[in-house]
Amino acid sequence: MNDFTAIPDYGLSWLEASGDHADIVLSTRVRLARNLQGHAFGPRARVNDRESVLKAFKAAVERTDSLAGSSLLLMPDVAPRARKILLERRLVTRDLLGDADGSPPLGTAVQLSSRDPVSVMVNEEDHLRVQSLLSGLRIEEAWRLVDRLDEDLGRELPYAYHNEFGFLTSCPTNVGSGLRASVFMHLPGLVLTKEIGKVLQGLGQVGLTFRGLYGEGSEVVGNFFQVSNQTTLGKTEEDLIDHLDRIVRQVIQYELHARQVLLRDARGVTEDKIWRAYGLLRYARSLSFEELMNLLSGVRLGLSLKLLPGLRVYTLNKMMIFTQPAHLEQAAGHDLPPPESDAHRAAYVRRILATEGEISGDDSGPGDPPSPTGSNGR
Amino acid sequence: MSKHVCENCGSKEAVMRLTQIVNNEMSTHHLCEVCAAEKGIESPPEAANFPLTDFLSQMGEERGEAESEPDLDCSFCGLKYSDFRAAGRLGCPHCYETFEVPLRRLLRRIHGGVQHVGKVYLPPDPTASALEKRLEGLRRKLRRAVGGEDFEQAAELRDQIQSLEVARPV
Ligand SMILES: [Zn+2]
Ligand SMILES: [Zn+2]
Repeated sequence: MNDFTAIPDYGLSWLEASGDHADIVLSTRVRLARNLQGHAFGPRARVNDRESVLKAFKAAVERTDSLAGSSLLLMPDVAPRARKILLERRLVTRDLLGDADGSPPLGTAVQLSSRDPVSVMVNEEDHLRVQSLLSGLRIEEAWRLVDRLDEDLGRELPYAYHNEFGFLTSCPTNVGSGLRASVFMHLPGLVLTKEIGKVLQGLGQVGLTFRGLYGEGSEVVGNFFQVSNQTTLGKTEEDLIDHLDRIVRQVIQYELHARQVLLRDARGVTEDKIWRAYGLLRYARSLSFEELMNLLSGVRLGLSLKLLPGLRVYTLNKMMIFTQPAHLEQAAGHDLPPPESDAHRAAYVRRILATEGEISGDDSGPGDPPSPTGSNGR
Repeated sequence: MSKHVCENCGSKEAVMRLTQIVNNEMSTHHLCEVCAAEKGIESPPEAANFPLTDFLSQMGEERGEAESEPDLDCSFCGLKYSDFRAAGRLGCPHCYETFEVPLRRLLRRIHGGVQHVGKVYLPPDPTASALEKRLEGLRRKLRRAVGGEDFEQAAELRDQIQSLEVARPV
């Protein structure tokens, strides 16, 4: 299983742009933190703790239907670049890999299902992190998948569980249900209409947390935000996910409204921004990550507003993942220091847009979009 | 603008900030381009490390914990409460018993309560009350499945409930 990097979309079904509101909500993740009795948690675990946990987990997997046909990757056995690719594909965390340049600790592993978009990290901060990562807004479905897997594993494994505190975890912010659900959203309308601050503040008041990327000034990078539940103890799992789902749907409505405002009050400027973003992506010779994120945001907005016919959400999702350093290095076959990686990033984007990002047809507005070169796009 | 070193890898120059709001507390992490891509694109939400340790030291000061309470250590893993306060991570399941008193205060502050009401884990040899709680949880799920007209899941849950009811001591 160590040649998984040869499979181009291994573990990447969450990019497929299916699911509700896939243009606004890129992906949904639900994870459960679980630990086994009688062993120190990740940060204090010794080699023999980690190895016993891994052994118990492997035995449980063999008796578990929902993981039939899945594969186990032992982190120390995975080549360094392949490990980075797993990280860039969001299948493992840096915590699981240990120090950036050293070898990952013995006993760290990830079990990847080939049937469902579920996986289990073994010997991360908690002994087990059972998770599901899906395309679009599908919180309920992601919860169902991890719940089922957790039920199966729980029948085989002696979970650390306390009658009052619930499932015990390394960090007390995860204790109880051990459940963290998160949604990764694109909110350019709220950013451009300057409503985003209010919305994010509102999230805090209803018990959600968010995180976003900013430049060294105050500008948002890429207009992407990740929203998740804040507390894990004292509410049922269903209440936690229903609450997140309800609030996220509200935020989507605000975003859609903000986009209508943009089109009403600033159509010309908005269209110009979108076409410029497309033009730069299509022809630039060097792109930093920050620039790419900002341009992808513009193009994504254009696609949502149906101003860029022929482009697919999947193409844009894929560009975010495949333009990260290890993916570019894998494609190039050698290491890429930063100026070179910017050039490779731009080249990758041009190639993908040429094959699957050709804009089909003119919007017949006052502007003059680039004409399709021969093909009709798709 | 002053230059920062990336807080995640500690080697490259920070060019972006990851801003996170937890418990209405904003925390900002200065990141290099590679780490920004890693954390700023979809990634597993992490426990809020920095606010938690702030929280802990704040709590300690309010209660004069540092002086008045002995620095207990866990008999299973050897973690001291002061270690926990510094790092924000417990050492093992037994720590929850060792540090029960201060933890209960902390959990109330973080989560607003201390009683788990979600899924009930059934050990191989469950007590009657654990079984009862587990059944309660399954019935709640069943009501939700029926309400959502998910009859496939409802049927599955009915089977589970039935088999537990059979196993229950009378
Ligand atoms: Zn860094
Ligand atoms: Zn302990």
